[in-house]
Amino acid sequence: MKKLMSILLVLAMVLPVFALAEDLPVVKLGVYEPASGDSGAGGKQESLGIQYANVETPTVVIGDQEYKVELVYADNGSSTDKAPSAAQQLVASGVSAVLGSYGSGVSIAGSQYFADAGIPAIGLTCTNPQVTSGNSHYFRICFLDPFQGTVLANYAYKTLGARTAYCLAELGNDYDVGLVNYFKQAFVELGGMVIDDTFPTGNSDFNSYLNNAAMYGADVFFSPVSIAYSTQIVQQAAAQNVTFPILGGDTLDSNVVANAAKGTNVKVIITTFYQEGANPAFDEGFKAWLNSDSEALTNNGGNDIISAVSVMGYDGYYTALEALKAAGTTDSKAVMAALPAVTLIGVSGEIAFDATGDAIRTSAFVKTVDTATGDWQFVTEQTVE
Amino acid sequence: MWNTVFPYLLSGISVGGQYALIAIGYTMVYGILRLINFAHGDVFMVAGIVMVYVVSSGVPLWLSILLVLLITSLIGFLIERVAYKPLRTAPRMSVMISAIGVSYTLQNLVLYITGGLNQIYPTIPWISGSVTIGSATTKMVTLVTPVLTIILVVALVQLINHTKIGMAMRAVSKDFETSQLMGIKINSVISVTFVIGSFLAAVGSILYFTNYTTVIQTSGAMPGLKAFVAAVFGGIGSIPGAVIGAFIIGIMENIIKGLDVILFKSGVIKAPLGLATFSDAFTFALLIVILVFKPTGLFGEKVTDKV
Amino acid sequence: MKEKKLTLANVASALIVLCLYVAVFIAEQKLPATSMLFTVLKKGATYALVAVSMNLLNGFTGIFSLGQAGFMLIGAYVYAIFTIPLEQRVNVYQYYAGGVVQFTLPVFVAMLLAGLVAAFFAFLIGLPVLRLKSDYLAIATLGFAEIIRAIFQWNQLGPVTNGSNMLRLFPTFNDFNIRNADGNVTVYLSTLVPLLVAGVCIALIVMIINSTYGRALRSIKDDEVAAEAMGINLAHHKRLAFCVSSFFTGIGGAMLAMYQTTVQAKSFTSAMTYEILLIVVIGGVGSVTGSCISAFLFVAASEWWLRFLDEKQMIGNWEVPLLRNGFRLVVFSIIIMIVVLFFRRGIMGTKELPDLFRRKKKAGGELK
Repeated sequence: MKKLMSILLVLAMVLPVFALAEDLPVVKLGVYEPASGDSGAGGKQESLGIQYANVETPTVVIGDQEYKVELVYADNGSSTDKAPSAAQQLVASGVSAVLGSYGSGVSIAGSQYFADAGIPAIGLTCTNPQVTSGNSHYFRICFLDPFQGTVLANYAYKTLGARTAYCLAELGNDYDVGLVNYFKQAFVELGGMVIDDTFPTGNSDFNSYLNNAAMYGADVFFSPVSIAYSTQIVQQAAAQNVTFPILGGDTLDSNVVANAAKGTNVKVIITTFYQEGANPAFDEGFKAWLNSDSEALTNNGGNDIISAVSVMGYDGYYTALEALKAAGTTDSKAVMAALPAVTLIGVSGEIAFDATGDAIRTSAFVKTVDTATGDWQFVTEQTVE
Repeated sequence: MWNTVFPYLLSGISVGGQYALIAIGYTMVYGILRLINFAHGDVFMVAGIVMVYVVSSGVPLWLSILLVLLITSLIGFLIERVAYKPLRTAPRMSVMISAIGVSYTLQNLVLYITGGLNQIYPTIPWISGSVTIGSATTKMVTLVTPVLTIILVVALVQLINHTKIGMAMRAVSKDFETSQLMGIKINSVISVTFVIGSFLAAVGSILYFTNYTTVIQTSGAMPGLKAFVAAVFGGIGSIPGAVIGAFIIGIMENIIKGLDVILFKSGVIKAPLGLATFSDAFTFALLIVILVFKPTGLFGEKVTDKV
Repeated sequence: MKEKKLTLANVASALIVLCLYVAVFIAEQKLPATSMLFTVLKKGATYALVAVSMNLLNGFTGIFSLGQAGFMLIGAYVYAIFTIPLEQRVNVYQYYAGGVVQFTLPVFVAMLLAGLVAAFFAFLIGLPVLRLKSDYLAIATLGFAEIIRAIFQWNQLGPVTNGSNMLRLFPTFNDFNIRNADGNVTVYLSTLVPLLVAGVCIALIVMIINSTYGRALRSIKDDEVAAEAMGINLAHHKRLAFCVSSFFTGIGGAMLAMYQTTVQAKSFTSAMTYEILLIVVIGGVGSVTGSCISAFLFVAASEWWLRFLDEKQMIGNWEVPLLRNGFRLVVFSIIIMIVVLFFRRGIMGTKELPDLFRRKKKAGGELK
């Protein structure tokens, strides 16, 4: 009996569910993003950009045939131990390319599965150099940590006049640890002093770490950590009346963090990929779509402020479409071969890949939270040669 | 030196008080059922989630707090009835596994309901406010916690020592079978134990999450484990032991987090060593040391096995 | 109790196992390599090995240990540290200038070493901990797993362990495939090899269980005091069981590393130990066959068969309610609770595969 049941179950899983009344053939794109866990909020915002692009352009012409683009979602749970099964799920569903992920660790953890299956992956906001280095299947459309770390260090040292920086990273999170490392290199080179600390995953008591920073006499608190931790750091910093500004990377660019800082006197400064207002046509369309879809609005944190990660998701989707067009087939290996030559003008700027598969980008936006309104404010655009 | 240590001490006392409130639930259940209730940390987490949802549905804050206490106690009662009572005659390992199953279920249920996203805990006026004492600025809740913890513990000890149900509890924990023969209604005693334990966990959760404002399905795991360690440390079955154990663990853990700074400031080390990595591990190291040298904990009674 | 000679039941069991291996080999050559079936088999083999080693302690010796995740961590790290190709070390140990270990070991030697190091740690940990009784032992071993996790994450050990960062680019299961000169796979072995490794290890454990040592261990489980009175050296036997179990758990950890393709200390939490404990319980405490079957069922259900519960499903135009991300786990945990509460003996109770042929034919239906 159990045997029969399991066979039936297996059959039900293996047989594809036939779509009704669909004339167009389907090309599948994998969305490899966290929908739960510490980076869940960020992953959802990144997926929103992809979804919006998919609503805007639901089909693509490959060769002479028009295809319907189907998004296949896999939740990597923001954790490197859940990432393998999410990656395998995408591989098993036969996607032509993968978009994602938010967070470098999960991207690296899933990387080998995509490589073994010959599927190209386009990193949207995973900034650690290790994601693309030494492989030919992982590409990325955002800037890298060595660049971002240098920008932040320069900003902290020259503009804020900081001489002692306290850095805090989550243990074993490749994104945080990497970015802190590059920040440290650049900051020390400029002549500053850096103290770094780490906290274990799932920690929620940041009082002691804020204490540590104060005790060391830090001028700036650099914590490029996941949104979940960033909000707590901001709130606990507010309760402690800290005097130093909190500096962060692109992960902090979320209205969730801005909301946490609203009504406090904590100064939050970040670097990011996009500033709302740079492309009014996109802003308007995206906001209209968010407001028309209650689920999307909830996933965006309840309001229609545009996060840079959504923009990157949007650009990533079009990059994938360009690659499909260039390949002339849905075969993933052909798409991989076509990707290095793909160029396009995205909302976040011009996209082109270098030899390692990284986007060629030379500028980052610096933003801060207006604590009165809870909005992000543009500070400056920073370039490093 | 004192100014360096003081802020850590303060955080430690606060978190220790919150562990104490959870630890009491562990120690009471263990005292009566000889069961490590692995789901207790998750009950604590569920209390936090319930608060988030009740407040966001528009219920006034004072009523929300009452509701959270009530609902959490009810959840504790139901867990016992559904998952532990049917196994009363089963081997102890089965019950412990059932507890692990309940913990797994609660976490997955919360994961499903929240979509796996961090929930922001509502702000409770006054105790969320900032206050400055000496060299430390902290939330009011840091000061409220130890006071409230001690009041509740004293009340609980009075209840156990001076009421009929308290007497029944003591009898059951002394000898399960004999007390049953003496006509004590075992099931109601056990239910009361779970209700009290869950109630205190709910109070602990309100204080804890007011301090650390984010709730997610795994939020209960580490505090739960630490509170259990505190209960073992103090001598499992002993309420004052659990409370003292919890305070010691809370303080030590925070001192470790600041140990680099303290050593650095006093000139013992030249560069930070990253000792904060061991703040969780230290708790367990302490546990193993105490178990090896005094297996019954600080205040536990010595029990000899009958052959 | 157990006959040493070749009985019909033993031969039939061996045949079944052999047929399964042949079936897997054929399936691997014929089906696409990306099929979820192979994912499940690979992870299932890993979990089966770890579950059987846990069963050796909890089911056969009566030592309630919850340190599995810690020993798996040691195994996974030892394997990874000694097999990352030299030219990749600069990439992996990016913050530690390539690390201090500057040689590699062959895959199977590294796996063996993974087991040995885990066993060595078990020996050290066992000295103080094995004197403790039931629950205290459980919580102490759980604590040890947490301590090990923290030590492996410590920055100061970075040149060896890469700190809290990921270890990767070491040989994985896919490297067992035989490739021709063009790099195309000619014979697929990536599923068969892990199943064989797990099979050999489990066979060794079964031999230990059926030996004099095994009988001594069982007597310890039944009654420690009586066993001691019969002249069994308690401390020695317990330590032996603990080390043997950890040895195989370490090898399981190495297999997990190969399955996951990356290793990171933070994923070896107590939740992992609980999962393995649940597998043991569902299979039947004290049954090796049960642990194996339930490991595969557990992995298949959680990774594959219940996946559809996480996505929106339409029956005609009707959208099935409740289905969204996370529902799979809710259903899964409810199934587990039902097994724990109502089928306390698990799938196999204390029966083994050959037992099914000795009894009535009916019992065979329970198998899978």
